Amino acid sequence: MSLLLIVLLPLLGSLLPSLSSNQRRHQCALLTAAMPLIALLVTLRETPGVIAGEVPRLAFSWVPALGLDLALRLDGLSLLFVLLILGIGLLIILYARHYLSEADNMPRFYAYLMLFMTSMLGIVMADNLILLWMFWELTSLSSFLLIGFWSHQSAARKGARMALAVTGMGGLALLAGLILIGQIVGTFDMQTVLDSRDVILADPRYLPALLLILLGAFTKSAQFPFQFWLPQAMAAPTPVSAFLHSATMVKAGVFLLARLHPALAGSQEWLYLVSLTGLVTMLYGAYFALIKLDLKTILAYSTVSHLGLITMLFGLNSQMAVVAGLFHILNHATFKAALFMTAGIVDHECGTRDIRKLKGLWRYMPMTTALAAITAASMAGFPLLNGFLSKEMMLAETLETPLLGGLAWLIPVLATIGSILAAAYSLRYVRNTFFDGKPRELEKTPHEASFPMRLPVLVLAIVCIIIGLFPAFSATGILTTAADAALTMPAPELHLSIWHGFNLPLLMSAIALIGGFMVYVLRQHLFTFHRQFPSRNSLAIFEGAVQRLVRFTQWGIDTLENGSLQRYMLWVVISALAVSGMSLMGIETLKGELAVQKADPLLIVGAAITCFAGLATAFLHRRRLISLIMLSVVGLMASLAFARFSAPDLALTQLAVEVVTVILLMLALFFLPQKTPKESSASRIVRDVLLAAGFGGVVASLNYALLTRPLNSISDYFLEHSVSGGGGHNVVNVILVDFRGFDTLGEITVLCIAGIGIYKLLNRLRLFMPSSDSEGRPWSPDRYPMILASVSQSLLPMALLVSVFIFLRGHNAPGGGFIAGLVTAVALILMYIAHGVEWAQQRLSFQYQPIAVSGVAIATLTGVGSWAFGYPFLTSAFGHFHIPLIGDVELATAMLFDLGVYLTVVGATLMILANLGKVTTSHRPSKQKEKA
Amino acid sequence: MLDFALKISVALFAIAIVLNLYRVAVGPSLPDRILALDTMYVNSIALIVLFGIWLGHRTYFEAALLIAMLGFVSTVAVCKYLLRGDIIE
Repeated sequence: MSLLLIVLLPLLGSLLPSLSSNQRRHQCALLTAAMPLIALLVTLRETPGVIAGEVPRLAFSWVPALGLDLALRLDGLSLLFVLLILGIGLLIILYARHYLSEADNMPRFYAYLMLFMTSMLGIVMADNLILLWMFWELTSLSSFLLIGFWSHQSAARKGARMALAVTGMGGLALLAGLILIGQIVGTFDMQTVLDSRDVILADPRYLPALLLILLGAFTKSAQFPFQFWLPQAMAAPTPVSAFLHSATMVKAGVFLLARLHPALAGSQEWLYLVSLTGLVTMLYGAYFALIKLDLKTILAYSTVSHLGLITMLFGLNSQMAVVAGLFHILNHATFKAALFMTAGIVDHECGTRDIRKLKGLWRYMPMTTALAAITAASMAGFPLLNGFLSKEMMLAETLETPLLGGLAWLIPVLATIGSILAAAYSLRYVRNTFFDGKPRELEKTPHEASFPMRLPVLVLAIVCIIIGLFPAFSATGILTTAADAALTMPAPELHLSIWHGFNLPLLMSAIALIGGFMVYVLRQHLFTFHRQFPSRNSLAIFEGAVQRLVRFTQWGIDTLENGSLQRYMLWVVISALAVSGMSLMGIETLKGELAVQKADPLLIVGAAITCFAGLATAFLHRRRLISLIMLSVVGLMASLAFARFSAPDLALTQLAVEVVTVILLMLALFFLPQKTPKESSASRIVRDVLLAAGFGGVVASLNYALLTRPLNSISDYFLEHSVSGGGGHNVVNVILVDFRGFDTLGEITVLCIAGIGIYKLLNRLRLFMPSSDSEGRPWSPDRYPMILASVSQSLLPMALLVSVFIFLRGHNAPGGGFIAGLVTAVALILMYIAHGVEWAQQRLSFQYQPIAVSGVAIATLTGVGSWAFGYPFLTSAFGHFHIPLIGDVELATAMLFDLGVYLTVVGATLMILANLGKVTTSHRPSKQKEKA
Repeated sequence: MLDFALKISVALFAIAIVLNLYRVAVGPSLPDRILALDTMYVNSIALIVLFGIWLGHRTYFEAALLIAMLGFVSTVAVCKYLLRGDIIE
């Protein structure tokens, strides 16, 4: 249980700062520090057990289907990192309390920091690969928030975005790699994976899995060639940099290497990929740390360099090298966190981090100078400090490596060069900042930082010295347990001491220090040499790449989705053509086994009329009204065809839809020009004609092929079950309201949404209204012709009666909610046409939106109702009831559903038509005013 | 006898619809076309009634009745458009 506490307490701690306010800064910091402090105490309580060899574990099943368990462990490796994260995290909280200015939102900062700490703790304690990955992604997200904390600065935003893009990409690769490992081993459980090294190494998927996992680790740990995000992340507030780039974020990558070392290491691929990447990164980072001018950028590149060193050690496939790598993780975390904090103090007190302006600060801040000097000496590998010990171990290991075979001597030489550079940039960091003359061009007079701000640095410096002086006493225990966890066999016996006698590594250390001093003295030559290279801003390059990507995708969107309906139609038709054309090519003959029916003369005449009217619609499209009349002819012919082939209810529906469409188009036509100019180019017409002809040909062939083959359709099932299953004789209606009720529910919902959308779009719309017709004649003054008004008014009750009739019998005979709704809607819209909006609104004093919405609600509730009886959604029930005077009546819940359909159709249709009609009414002089 | 009469009637109405289409296509004025379309509706109703007699099914008469009731609405809409431009005002 205590394991869960270690992870969850900081998560709780991310909520606590928000209880405080930005004004009460002490309280805010104390509240934040409380939870990690308790977590640290819990960890310390567990420490003796872990060092003695126990591995506390804890597992809850979370999402078993994904192999995700909430499983935690606290082995030696986890313990080392947990202590680092919590210990340095607490120091950072104290430091940030004094670093952040009044303008910064302190509770928000602490909340982000705690969130980050939680995700980091989750990574190091995860006992399940997927859980580890989840926390890994959480660190990417929370570090994005932290790096971009000063979101008013462009550099912070861009740096945060870059870090997120690079580490997020790596995270996805890592997930793929971990899933591969999970598939090889058969489980995501950490211990099983760590024990299955032989299986993993023998599997052909080992190499892709290794590459993907290394991609994740290298992006996170800023290894070459992904090192560029780390210096850009320096736009973060310094406490963030001190935390992320010493003990946490970037260490997650090397932690992953150590964690999976027992499972993945030992192969040639691992040796070359990991150690050479590390070596290159070490040299690359060290060189740029010597060149750069900004204090934090120098430290950032030195971090890159040290991470390269650690990566190289993990790659060497040697047990002692792993121990050295773990030791250097510990040492680097201590001195680098301290150095970042001194850089922050300098920035805070001087207002600049430019190494050219800063000089001789020891006069103003002697204490900080001393602390910076100690920690930088540790970074340089100066004897009696912790950095010296791990660096010497590293140099010793490079002498042993089989890497590069006959050229193996190259490795220690390059490692020594890296150490020379490290000594040089450490010296430059201290001397150029704190000594070497007097400061110039400073915005404010520097002074010593307050004691609480120096305290964290002091603590870390003392740790550096203690480990440096008494390594056997202070570090052996935890290092051995950590190494046990990172190795397949028990760790080699560790003899940490300052003095190993005169040997080659000691000589290399001495060369590094002396060489570093010489390089520092001769640094101007190096700078002159470096100026020959064109300066490359990684941020600009990255932003350029992002911009190109955005432009490319935008181009893709513009090409495919350019806002032209014709274009969309083109894509739809082309893809339909491609898909159905392919399947047509797959069949052997167009004609099937069935004989072709004889066509009677009436059919031929009907087909000819339809074809003629269809062609006329297309050819006359620039004379809109005539084209529309031709379209009506097509509609009429379609409904006649339905009637001819025994579907009178479809004919009726088709006709009602036709009427509504014509009204809608007439309403819209009023606002459109009567004639459209000729716009299409000749080539476009050719293209469209070819496409249309091709599509028509394919559809015709498809129909022909289908109709000449015996068809096994599902209609028999519906015919058979419509009475027994749905209680209705009208199969079409039973399908609509019962068998496929869910489809219908979706459709009426869409109809309702479309109606509301149109209502909203038309709201307060004002359009140009032509004052005469296309030939320039003024409109007739007769607004509401007498005959139309009288006829339509007498028609209304009849139409409503018919629609009720059609609705009620719909379940057993042709009819139903949809057609009844259309009949009602058409009858009502006729009132609007004949009498005008005002007249109709006075008599129909209700809104259409609630009607449509209540229709959908009734239909949905009918479906939900079946849950109450323990049946699935939309199960219908029916029964026969004897009602006095009326007789035997069949009632089905499907009828209630149909009522919902009816109301939605009426509501939505009128919402569209009446509102479109109202567009002109609202700003026309009203009838009353005209009379007056 | 009925069968014979039906065939002749269907043929006559089919010819009528073709002639209607001719008027719709040729015009010359818009009211000509609209009137022709309306007549086409009337002739279609007649055809549906004939189908009903032929197949002996009641539903066809209902459908014819309903088309008669609603079919004229689109003619009304187009006429109102010619008259006033704005059909719902």
